[in-house]
Amino acid sequence: MFRTALRNVLAHKARLAMTVLAVMLGVAFVSGTLVFTNTISEAYQNSSAKGFDQVDVAVTARHQDSAGDKVGTTPDLTQAILDTSAKADGAASAIGVVDGFTAIADKNGKLIGGGFRSEGGNYWGGKDPRYPLTSGSAPRGANQVAIDADTARRAGYKVGDTVRISVDGPVLTPTISAIFTTDDGNVAAGGSLALFDTATAQKLFGKAGTYDEIDVQAKAGTSQAALKSALDTALPQKTVETTTGKKLADDQAEQIASGMSGLKQGLLVFAGIALFVGTFIIANTFTMLVAQRTKELALLRAVGASRRQVTRSVLIEAFVVGTVAGVTGLVAGIGIGAGLRALMNGLGATVPDGPLVISPGTVVAALAVGVLITMLAAWLPGRRAAKIPPVAAMSSLHAKATTKSLVLRNTIGALFSAAGVAVVLAATTMDGSDGQAPMGLGAVLLIIGVFILTPLLSRPLIAAASPLLRGFGVAGKLARQNSVRNPRRTAATASALMIGLTLITGMTVMAGSLQQAIDKMAASAISADYMVSMANGNALSADVDKKLAAADGVTATSPLRNAASRIDGKTEFVTGVNGSVIGEMTDLAVKDGRFEVGGTNVVVDDDTATSHHWSAGSHFTAYFEDGKAQPLTVAAVYEGNALIRGIMLDDATLSPHQKKPADMQVLVKTAHGASSAAKDGLEKALGSNPAIKVQDKKDLSNSIAQVFTLILNMVYGLLAMAVIVAVLGVINTLAMSVFERSQEIGMLRAIGLDRKAVKRMVRLESLVISLFGGVLGIGLGVFFGWAAGQLLGTKMSTYELVVPWARMGLFLLLAAVVGVLAALWPARRAARLNMLAAIKSE
Amino acid sequence: MTTTPVAGRTTAVAARATELSKIYGQGETQVVALDRVSVEFRQAEFTAIMGPSGSGKSTLMHCVAGLDTFSSGSVRIGDTELGSLKDKQLTKLRRDKIGFIFQAFNLLPTLTALENITLPMDIAGRKPDQKWLDTVIEMVGLSGRLSHRPSQLSGGQQQRVAVARALASRPDIIFGDEPTGNLDSRSGAEVLGFLRNSVRELGQTVVMVTHDPVAAAYADRVIFLADGRIVDEVLDPTADSVLDLMKQFDAKGRTS
Repeated sequence: MFRTALRNVLAHKARLAMTVLAVMLGVAFVSGTLVFTNTISEAYQNSSAKGFDQVDVAVTARHQDSAGDKVGTTPDLTQAILDTSAKADGAASAIGVVDGFTAIADKNGKLIGGGFRSEGGNYWGGKDPRYPLTSGSAPRGANQVAIDADTARRAGYKVGDTVRISVDGPVLTPTISAIFTTDDGNVAAGGSLALFDTATAQKLFGKAGTYDEIDVQAKAGTSQAALKSALDTALPQKTVETTTGKKLADDQAEQIASGMSGLKQGLLVFAGIALFVGTFIIANTFTMLVAQRTKELALLRAVGASRRQVTRSVLIEAFVVGTVAGVTGLVAGIGIGAGLRALMNGLGATVPDGPLVISPGTVVAALAVGVLITMLAAWLPGRRAAKIPPVAAMSSLHAKATTKSLVLRNTIGALFSAAGVAVVLAATTMDGSDGQAPMGLGAVLLIIGVFILTPLLSRPLIAAASPLLRGFGVAGKLARQNSVRNPRRTAATASALMIGLTLITGMTVMAGSLQQAIDKMAASAISADYMVSMANGNALSADVDKKLAAADGVTATSPLRNAASRIDGKTEFVTGVNGSVIGEMTDLAVKDGRFEVGGTNVVVDDDTATSHHWSAGSHFTAYFEDGKAQPLTVAAVYEGNALIRGIMLDDATLSPHQKKPADMQVLVKTAHGASSAAKDGLEKALGSNPAIKVQDKKDLSNSIAQVFTLILNMVYGLLAMAVIVAVLGVINTLAMSVFERSQEIGMLRAIGLDRKAVKRMVRLESLVISLFGGVLGIGLGVFFGWAAGQLLGTKMSTYELVVPWARMGLFLLLAAVVGVLAALWPARRAARLNMLAAIKSE
Repeated sequence: MTTTPVAGRTTAVAARATELSKIYGQGETQVVALDRVSVEFRQAEFTAIMGPSGSGKSTLMHCVAGLDTFSSGSVRIGDTELGSLKDKQLTKLRRDKIGFIFQAFNLLPTLTALENITLPMDIAGRKPDQKWLDTVIEMVGLSGRLSHRPSQLSGGQQQRVAVARALASRPDIIFGDEPTGNLDSRSGAEVLGFLRNSVRELGQTVVMVTHDPVAAAYADRVIFLADGRIVDEVLDPTADSVLDLMKQFDAKGRTS
């Protein structure tokens, strides 16, 4: 029996190729997603990992929590603490660590490394064990900097070059004194690191005379724990904390793991979808394969093979196909994973660099999908094959399509769909995050339900298309009838496309609606022409505001200055603004009172006002970091949004309480509105600083929407896979239909249907099936997009459903193209069919 | 041996093959399926082609019906020479001038009986002649079953639909490839009766391949093929006379 099965696999090369290809695609889809997922998550993980080789015990400042009217502060790690640490029992040496943000421009003035990964630090003394130099010598003084080897290589810098860098505003042009290597994960992931001598770093990062951390190395023979207890005795417990290097490493690992879980879950959902689609196409293919072989299997039964032997032969065949396809699919999947990352990088998405990760889990999953799912998928049709009566071998006709009633199937499908719709609808009435899980569940139920119901849906939906087909004469009529001839098969074929399009349509609808909501928010909240901020979201230095105010064509500027305060025993972040112009810069709906910021008058958003029971005219007292009380009056309550919210008070009132002003953004209004010339002017006024972003409203909403664009691009990538899978499925179905109907096609040719019409008939059938899948998918996708929007809408007041009709049209067109493409080969085959062989009486 | 013209029956010729040869393969493996066959099928005549398996009877029919290509010679349907026609023109010729009846009925399962009958005209984009259609349907006795699908009809009924389909478009000539091969004797007799009636009453030309002497007896003329050549011909045959001839050939085949 094994030999028979093996012969079978080899005897039909085209069929074998098709099956292997289908299984391979399924496996590739799964393994590609897993490789991509693992690679990305490991890269992210590495990017936030730092080596702790040089650290036996880290000394950090103990944060003083807010209490009463006192704003929480962090004490300084002074030189004295460093000296004490270095002299503690068992300490070999101590390094003071200073870090901050440092942007490095490449030779064209563009920021290296995307912004959020531009780090700066200090090079400790003449030889810093953390950073081995590959060339040059340690940076000294304000005019020297050392940069990491990767960055130097990427930008083509070498020792002695002048480089443009920026820390919090002004552009600096130091000389590169050294190039070093580091185990910093951020650098390995594609970020940059610039090092200054300690005094310069302290000055640049606004930490004169203090450190962010003190790393103490133990003498040989002293354990980390012993050193820690020695340091604990030597240092003032009130202001510092000590942590062993081992604990730091453990904490970091834990922190990274929890930080990654969201991303991992998201990517796992994709893997799950991949698995579903993959399983599905494999099952589909095998069902068809066995159906094609009815006669052959019946012959086996007729010559005495038992049912079990027939089933086993089908399973052995599945095993062989699954193994071959599983291995090749895994290889293809690895390629896809690598390609997907390259694609995302190409699309401008910032994906950290790192090695391609092929985990054992991926290999196991790929082979499991390939072999187990293939065998499982072959099990049912195999059983069915075993039940083929031996007499079927004698009949000249191919086994008729099962006309078994669809009643049970439809009932189950209807139940699933109804439950799915109900759960999704119920979820839309819930609040934001509470609704997520039920919505996901409902979506899965509904998709499964519709999937089960597709045979039922195929008749009315395809009937609806018949007026269009009528234009194609007999070919159109026959195509329509052929496409509803075997509803199960049509449904199975259309489903692959349906799932892909559901996903993509849902995401597109959601992303489109979100984009519009964000645009609206940006447009409605801000009337300034530009918003200036740091590329990494850090604070700008106060002189950015001054420089902008002095620039040509600028009529007004206002900083958005962040400060912590204690109000009624709660920590509130307040925003210092230029009170005289903030009214022009923003366009906020005033709910109560008069919008006026100046002196003790402040404006408060509705949420904050509600939580403090304030209304226009309410008085309150804020305590700032200097510990002083500031009486304030609520002038107006405005409607807050994602961009502007909280308490806004005049800069002149806030500044005296602050040691170092932290401008998160600066709003700029220009005489002639936003234009590229005006933007250039502003950038020039800031010294073409690579670290500072000048954004108009469009840029702003784009950057907020970037994350959705990123996800959307990923989904489009997956769609490409789904489309390939769908094309294969359609080809499979058509090839089989053509094969089964060869007698009919021969007869049609004999009585006068020409080749063109035969081709047209097959193509139209393919088109009808594809469009059927497309319409179902788009319909479901819009529904999911709407439902997810209802959830989001609870968090975003400007959200409303936007159905991008043009895109939907495009997707439908895509479905049509899939249909036409898939029909190319089967249609050719049908037209070339040997008429005589087809009609020859047996 | 070639055919001898039959005295007293010289009417117009519906189809004619002249020096028709069909050769498969080359050199050593060459197989001659038809060896310079010349034959005429006259209008309003019912011809049966007989011969043992491999005699070339089906090949002859396929070549004359424009279903298969031939190696040399000529085939004419009416005034049209088939040898010079491209696939597209051949298809059109089959559609407009020829009707077919197959052994396996070959109806489209998705179409009703009526739709199957009018299929050749649907393909041509022509409206059927309603009066003629009614006559044909009446003749084959399908009036009550026009909306049935093939799966709801018996074999005999299905073949009657096929006969009606062949007749409905009023082709110049109808070719039947073992039309009773899949039928029981009663249904077969019915179908053959319809074919003979269509010749006698409607003036249709019918050519049928068969190996059943009883079926051949319905024809006006029987042609015998052996080894790709016409070896004999019987006019107004009876089942017995055909059977006798067959026995003769069988004996010859064994002795030669």
